Amino acid sequence: MSALLEVSGVTVSFDGFRAINNLTFSIGAAELRAIIGPNGAGKSTFMDIVTGKTRPDSGSVNFGERPVSLLKLSEAQIARAGIGRKFQRPTVFEDQTVHENLTLALKAARSPWAVLAWRKSAADEDRIAALTAQVGLADSLAKKAGTLSHGQKQWLEIAMLLAQEPRLLLVDEPAAGMTLAEREKTTELLVDIARTRAVVVVEHDMDFVRRLNCKVTVLHEGAVLAEGSLDHVTKNQTVIDVYLGRG
Amino acid sequence: MRLTTCLLVAFCLLPLPSLAQEAARIVAENRAQIEKPSRQTIGPLIAELVGSNDPMADDILSAWADKRLVIRKSDSAMFVAVAEGDGFALIALDGTPAGTAAKAELTELKPNAGVRGLIATALVQFTLSDPDPRKRQAALTSIAQDPTAEALEPLRAAIASEEDAGLKAQKVRLERLLTLRFDPSSQARVAAIDSFGSDLGLDLRAALNPLVATTRIASSTPPEGNIARELRLGSDIPEDEAYVLLVAASLAPARLTLEDQRAALLANLKDGMVAGVPVAELNTQAARDRAYTALEASGAVPVAATDDEAKAALKAAKFYEVYVEPDPAVTEAAEEALTRIGTKVGIMQTADLGLDALSLASIYFLAAIGLAITFGVMGVINMAHGEFITIGAYTGYVVQLYVPDYTLSILVALPLAFAITFAAGVALERLVIRHLYKRPLETLLATFGISIALQQILKNVFGTQARPLTSPAWLDGALVINDVVSISYIRIAIFVLALIFLAFFLYLMKRTRLGLEVRAVTQNPAMAASMGIDPDRINMLTFGLGSGIAGIAGVAIGLFAKVTSELGTDYIVQSFMTVVVGGVGSIWGTLSGAVMIGSFQKVIEFFNPSNTLAAQTYMILFIILFIQFRPRGIIALRGRAAGD
Amino acid sequence: MTHPRHRSALIFLASLAIFTIAVTIAAQFGLVSTSFVKTLGKTLCLCLAALAMDLIWGYAGILSLGHMAFFALGGYMVGMWLMYARTEEIVIASMSNGGLPATPEEISQGIATQIFGVVGASDLPAIWSFANSLPLQLALVVAVPGLLALIFGWLAFRSRVTGVYLSILTQAMTLALALYLFQNDSGLRGNNGLSGLQNLPGVTAGQDAVSLWFFWASAAALALTYVGLHAIVSGKFGSVIRAIRDDEARVRFLGYSVEGYKLFVFTLTAVICAFAGALYYPQAGIINPAELAPIASIYLAVWVAVGGRGRLYGAVIGAALVSLLSSWFTGGRVPSVDLGIGTINWVDWWLVLLGLTFVCVTLFSPKGIGGLFDRFAGVHAPDRKGAPLGPDDGSLQEKEAQE
Repeated sequence: MSALLEVSGVTVSFDGFRAINNLTFSIGAAELRAIIGPNGAGKSTFMDIVTGKTRPDSGSVNFGERPVSLLKLSEAQIARAGIGRKFQRPTVFEDQTVHENLTLALKAARSPWAVLAWRKSAADEDRIAALTAQVGLADSLAKKAGTLSHGQKQWLEIAMLLAQEPRLLLVDEPAAGMTLAEREKTTELLVDIARTRAVVVVEHDMDFVRRLNCKVTVLHEGAVLAEGSLDHVTKNQTVIDVYLGRG
Repeated sequence: MRLTTCLLVAFCLLPLPSLAQEAARIVAENRAQIEKPSRQTIGPLIAELVGSNDPMADDILSAWADKRLVIRKSDSAMFVAVAEGDGFALIALDGTPAGTAAKAELTELKPNAGVRGLIATALVQFTLSDPDPRKRQAALTSIAQDPTAEALEPLRAAIASEEDAGLKAQKVRLERLLTLRFDPSSQARVAAIDSFGSDLGLDLRAALNPLVATTRIASSTPPEGNIARELRLGSDIPEDEAYVLLVAASLAPARLTLEDQRAALLANLKDGMVAGVPVAELNTQAARDRAYTALEASGAVPVAATDDEAKAALKAAKFYEVYVEPDPAVTEAAEEALTRIGTKVGIMQTADLGLDALSLASIYFLAAIGLAITFGVMGVINMAHGEFITIGAYTGYVVQLYVPDYTLSILVALPLAFAITFAAGVALERLVIRHLYKRPLETLLATFGISIALQQILKNVFGTQARPLTSPAWLDGALVINDVVSISYIRIAIFVLALIFLAFFLYLMKRTRLGLEVRAVTQNPAMAASMGIDPDRINMLTFGLGSGIAGIAGVAIGLFAKVTSELGTDYIVQSFMTVVVGGVGSIWGTLSGAVMIGSFQKVIEFFNPSNTLAAQTYMILFIILFIQFRPRGIIALRGRAAGD
Repeated sequence: MTHPRHRSALIFLASLAIFTIAVTIAAQFGLVSTSFVKTLGKTLCLCLAALAMDLIWGYAGILSLGHMAFFALGGYMVGMWLMYARTEEIVIASMSNGGLPATPEEISQGIATQIFGVVGASDLPAIWSFANSLPLQLALVVAVPGLLALIFGWLAFRSRVTGVYLSILTQAMTLALALYLFQNDSGLRGNNGLSGLQNLPGVTAGQDAVSLWFFWASAAALALTYVGLHAIVSGKFGSVIRAIRDDEARVRFLGYSVEGYKLFVFTLTAVICAFAGALYYPQAGIINPAELAPIASIYLAVWVAVGGRGRLYGAVIGAALVSLLSSWFTGGRVPSVDLGIGTINWVDWWLVLLGLTFVCVTLFSPKGIGGLFDRFAGVHAPDRKGAPLGPDDGSLQEKEAQE
């Protein structure tokens, strides 16, 4: 199976501190993967590198069947290439309605001229209706996103991510601040999405990871410490040391 | 041997009464020659008079040259006459007063121009040997201002007898300057030129430049004289100018100017036609040329050179640059000397430019350091910062109204300006900025509102005309290193003040409790607050401090700039640029920003000295481009502190 | 039946139409002076510039302090043609008395001497090459400021200069341009500027008629631009730029080229400003580099802030109100106030009042005059415990938002 995303030998340091140290990582086209690791393990920096926010000092990051190097692309180009990112804190456009937020995210031409010429179509409306139904925001279409509850904002952001129709989703702590019922729903959703595309979940919560029931990559000091099923990695002595030693 | 001669001459120069009769005696002995002088023969007599060391000789010679040496008709006695009322006061040749006489009673001696020239030369030598050093100095100055060939000999003669070392040095230098221009011997001139080496004196360049002056001529054959170079048509000399030279050398007829053509056509206007061409058609140059050619053919107007003829004439002739100075050895030596001097002047100018840049950088640094605190450290953008500078300058002006001693008044004004602008800064922070933290754009606009209000209030109080803020006398003048390099004391003072501020800032931020707390609050206010630091108080104090420094900078800037209500506005954009270019949050950044902007502006001004506006334009363009390559400034803080 | 979000635009257009007709009628009956018609026409042009400012600052969150430079450049471009063509008429008229009909060379020489005598030059600079052609010079009204904005914006946005840094940079750009134009050899007559622009070449009608034409043109331009901008901001494009205003990093991760949008908006608004300037200066009659002073652009921001940013009608109301009040107060027709200790002469104290009022608006009423409309409409600001609506410097504040 060829990988959708290939990260190899990536190193990045800030003022002498190596946040990522010769990291190698790959994920297939329809795969769910959880990344765990203690604080400062480089999880966020890893996502920053893949989404183009941070440029690595060395190494390569390739994406797609006919691999394209992401290192030469801007954040927007990477997003258009098919990588979506959900932030830890829900980031939606609070001054705009749920409908506007989703319209922004819908897969469509992104250039200023194309956006000027854009007219809403029945297909788009159907897609928005389907997405809001899926995340339980169907009644809130005309509401401003800023007035939604924290959990609703998380759902809106996930819906926006889906509207983008990415091939790879990077999801940062999706369960934070969610009720138990919402977590279950999130788990189902992520597992469902991963049937057709690649999903990388960064998570602290072991219960949530266990529920995802997928391959786990443990990051430590900017490098892969262990990889395999959750049971496999939690039996690994170095992983235990790192978690107990570092908290 | 020479020393003895000097002493002897010096001794003789002392005004001794026993010599008082000497001039009168010489005149009496040569009476006939004096009444009918001839240029060829009078020289020795004048020399004898000059050599008599009699103080009256000077008066007698100058009276003679001025046609005031008179003979009384009644007794044929000779006197020096001085105009007094309708007649003249007479002075005997031994210097004693001899009553008065009417013009009709006297016969004036009228020496011809040649003789007068000889006398004048002798007189120069006289004043150059005058016992009074001030008169000798004046004579030297007048020769230096208006050097003539005639002055050379007397100057040489007057060197040996000079006992004042300073004057002697001047005389020697002046002698060489005159030698290189006027000495008849080519070798002497070249030697004089070479003796200067790469001396930087303006007087030397003034003496050398005429030697290499050239004129341009057109000629069909290589001309006589000292040719500097042949000019290539087009690249060395434009065709228009070359044609003017051709006309001057009578090698070609003058070209027809458009005005002349127009006048000629108008003069030949008959019945609405010029040479058969209707007037209405003469609205193109081609039509006018046709009409003029027709007139030429009929002989009504003189034949003018056509374009082809002009081209041919230009092609046939050659153009030369010819030295006015005929001696090639001299021009060559002078060119070499000027090149040598030019190189050295270049080095010195670079040094001078460096000093200028440094002083401009100090000014920018001074204006920006307050901003480095409020904007750089706190991240608060204060558009009214310029008005705080203005308030500082006006404080200085008001203090001088009450404290007349300039030194004292500046010493009073500096702390007072700090106090006033500190208070203003604290008030601004408490009333406005405090409510707008984390909203930099709103802060910008609100402080801009304060800025226009303050500026207008200052204008209403102090009026629109510039107010004087006078620096103490000891800051007047400049430190002159040579004819090229100099720096005014006030700029040195500002440089020193900038250094003091830098040291103060570093001490404050790195060594004091306040500095520590400021850094804590700017890096993480919540954490600082939890450790018992009151961020409100720190913000207030820091902002007040930045504003207070602006006030002090205002006093300093007011000393050399015009104190108007718009003083601060002139500096505000540059100050922000200084902070941004240097790198926000670093005092070394502000310093390097100031140095870079100051040097850059001076370098542009050097290449285009007449146009400081252009220099500022290019400087800002440069900054915009610079930010492309270093968006975070020269000294970029990385990591979270830079707001990543 | 219209959609509610188009209601404000319709009300605005109706008000503008009524106002234009009222002024026209009043002018026909001599109730308002020619100079007042000009003042109103100029005010409409300023409103047009304020619309552009609102698009870039209110909607896209970029506080540009350089848009009046584009306004003035537009004025310069149209002024060049006006001055050239007018001088050409005068030169031809004076030369026709000289006996011979003038040649084209003589005419252009005469024009050059006439225009550039004041700065001691007698040749037309290269930048005047197109001044003899109205269509070309009108094209330059768009091309020159547009190109300048494009280059400057490209440089600024690609290096990710944002927030106050961008504001300062735009201010520096304005200052650089003003200083450049102040030079005598800039080719635009240095600090003399261009004058006599109120005289339209080839037009024999009096200034009373001409001032009305320009008034109508300004009103029409304002109406058209309003409709166009309203369409832009109420569609998806508006949604994108408002998203950029509040959280540009998030917009990037959605796949939009933030820099491209900023550049688009920056250039578009520069061109609108240039167009407004091209209408303004023939009514003002004179333009000089002082018009580019950085302070002029800051006033533009003040108008938008006073009117309430992020709503197009707010910008128009703010610009009209402040600039008309300004000319009323500085015109010396406002009675002085005797305070006992001294007299407040409004010519001197108006700026103080304006400055302090503006500070108060920023502090206490970020919605500006637009907030009054919200109050009538019963729209409240959301309760967000003081949090703005996005992480960026230009994002809406709590009090600026509508629930």
